[in-house]
Amino acid sequence: MNDSLKGPELRKPDEFIEEALYEVREKIYPRAVGGWFAGWRVAMVLVTQIVFYGTPWLPWNGRQAVLFDLAARKFHIFGLVLWPQDFIYLTLLLVISALALFLFTAVAGRLWCGYACPQTVYTEIFMWIERKVEGDRQHRIKLDGGPFGLRKLRLKAAKHGLWIALALWTGFTFVGYFTPIRELAGEVAMLALGPWESFWILFYGFATYGNAGWMREQVCMHMCPYARFQSAMFDTDTLIITYDKGRGEPRGARPRSADPKAAGLGDCVDCDICVQVCPTGIDIRKGLQYECIGCAACIDGCDRVMKKMGYRPGLIRYSTENALRHGWDFRQMVKRALRPRVLVYAAVLSAVTLGAAASLALRAPIKVDVIRDRAGLAREVEGGKIENVYRLQIMNTEERSHRFVIRVTGSDELEHLEVLTEAQPLEIGPVSSRAVPVRVRAEPEHARRSSQPITFIVEASDDGKHPLPEVFSVRERSSFFVPGESR
Amino acid sequence: MSDFTAGFWDYYIGVITVVSIVACAVLLWGMSTQRVPGGATTGHTWDEDLVELNHPLPRWWIWLFYITIVFSLVYLVLYPGLGSYAGSTKWTSKGEYEAEIKQANAQYGPLYEKYAAQDLKQVAADPQARAIGQRLFLNYCAQCHASDGGGSRGFPNLTDQDWLYGGEPETIKASILNGRNGIMPPLGAALGEEGTKDAAHYVLSLSGRTSDPVRVARGKEKFSAICAACHGAGGKGNPQLGAADLSDRIWLHGSSEAALIETIGKGRASVMPAHKDFLGEARVHILAAYVYSLSNPQSAGMPVR
Repeated sequence: MNDSLKGPELRKPDEFIEEALYEVREKIYPRAVGGWFAGWRVAMVLVTQIVFYGTPWLPWNGRQAVLFDLAARKFHIFGLVLWPQDFIYLTLLLVISALALFLFTAVAGRLWCGYACPQTVYTEIFMWIERKVEGDRQHRIKLDGGPFGLRKLRLKAAKHGLWIALALWTGFTFVGYFTPIRELAGEVAMLALGPWESFWILFYGFATYGNAGWMREQVCMHMCPYARFQSAMFDTDTLIITYDKGRGEPRGARPRSADPKAAGLGDCVDCDICVQVCPTGIDIRKGLQYECIGCAACIDGCDRVMKKMGYRPGLIRYSTENALRHGWDFRQMVKRALRPRVLVYAAVLSAVTLGAAASLALRAPIKVDVIRDRAGLAREVEGGKIENVYRLQIMNTEERSHRFVIRVTGSDELEHLEVLTEAQPLEIGPVSSRAVPVRVRAEPEHARRSSQPITFIVEASDDGKHPLPEVFSVRERSSFFVPGESR
Repeated sequence: MSDFTAGFWDYYIGVITVVSIVACAVLLWGMSTQRVPGGATTGHTWDEDLVELNHPLPRWWIWLFYITIVFSLVYLVLYPGLGSYAGSTKWTSKGEYEAEIKQANAQYGPLYEKYAAQDLKQVAADPQARAIGQRLFLNYCAQCHASDGGGSRGFPNLTDQDWLYGGEPETIKASILNGRNGIMPPLGAALGEEGTKDAAHYVLSLSGRTSDPVRVARGKEKFSAICAACHGAGGKGNPQLGAADLSDRIWLHGSSEAALIETIGKGRASVMPAHKDFLGEARVHILAAYVYSLSNPQSAGMPVR
């Protein structure tokens, strides 16, 4: 970052320029570029968008495979149904995402920004449409600079029409994750959308259109917090997109036939391709800058020129600050990449990911909450026994019925516990919950303390017809109260 | 409702709000027209050679701020915010709550209507109605009568066959709708300390419990003279008055000698609140059916425990 401050444009102390606090944005016309990294980005665009646009249409056991049903507070993800009580998994997902961002950024800079971020992905799609309609950089500059006419109107209308169509489809798909997309499609066709559905389709569509069509690099430069804090995770061994100053300078134009050494020139032919392809409009030759989203378009652009000139590629390349300074080769660079912070990030990320996956795979398909009756802590029933009443909220999180048996165990002091509830086993329907009042009775003479820990065990029960695929049980702790006068 | 009695504070808050918003607008306008020393850096130098590059924000940022000002003004016109001005939409949280209730009643009303038209025993036999009834019971009744309806000291058990006011479905419904006031008057003064103890022993003897025969004989007279008016000659109780049956083994306020002496001497006042206005008759209908099913599992078609 510091390199950019050492350029010639550093203000001299005696120089005085006056300007406004805010500036009018200069529109950027990125030039199309092909190459190894552009190919990766196209692949990422395709993968992420096929997943995004396609997923809501997948069926699963007669319902939508991925549906976040906010009204019913059930999140369906293929065979999995997540309840509000499973919120911890969202937390884990966010922790995993954050750690992955730390790891990838420490290793190779803003990989997320350059290849996977929706802002980049949608901008790429929107720029592709723009290129197909209006042509490449030169044509677009000429079109925008030219007078307003029928041709300009036609091209602009076509571009914005396509953008808006894509943006609305994106909004529609987004809403399709929260309300069944096939019904939603029907409602759209019948023009019978609800107010909130309409709002979210239009809002998400507008955000897509505005951000990918109009805002573009300004989102990364002025709005995105991740863009800023990723810079704080760089160190001198982080792979960044850099211009090899030692090899390129002094830059200058020259005929292809000329020997640069004889002319006293470096490898940079000063063709400005790296600036023209840059989606944020920076000159990478000034060094690492906060605007750089790590898209590597300049690498693809420069390598083409180098090839044309018959020079080695890689004048602009992924390299590290240390590798450039010490002239390391690729192997030495990779060796340094496995530094403690990367290893720690990788270890923590694997641990959390494995933990989350294991917890998700091993979780029992039921949840139990024990709510103790508080008004009457205990009551005496026939035979001088003490009875406590509990309410067991039993939630069956699976999409099939389960039959349960409720048992209770106490400490050694509290033997002979009886459970009285409606006829066992209890059947609880698919993805539903029930409050079951349960009475527990005990002989007070066994109790030496007024409050005794007890444990409810809710177990899956064999219905005699179908063998149990797996036996599971959930234990929940509570307490049993024996009034002083009964002890 | 205004929290302040004087109208001054309404104006005070309103003026502060409006002046603040206008001040924000003036500040924004000033910042957007101000000119400052520019160049490649901001001109500050820290720690010898650390400088900050000059990256002015795009001009449209200013417009976002202006939009927030427009939003706040529109909001203050539509919604309450300026002192006691109620806003042109007359929105209140109470109004929103009432609208939600109205919507919920419109949604669930037909279901309740369906059951309200049925006989209570018929409702009690309907599993769906019982499920609704149980949820209502857990919400509104379980605080006193316990989650299982088993009650606790002072709060009657609803799962047995012993009813203070009668266990017929219609009587249960009447108890929930209109509530009950169960008054056992304090008789300590009338009976005297010894007399109270004698009466207690006689009551103990009614259900065949250990008692002092001398006190029982003395207590019997007192009982016939005073207690039998409500509890009947044999202590069998009177559902018309809500007088408890003293000859069974069910004791609402405790069965020990000390508890009986306290009940007779100091009296008891048990209140079942009325739910007619609170829950409405349709819900009480389902609730009564559910309560009836608790002590009549067979008639409700439920498996017997």
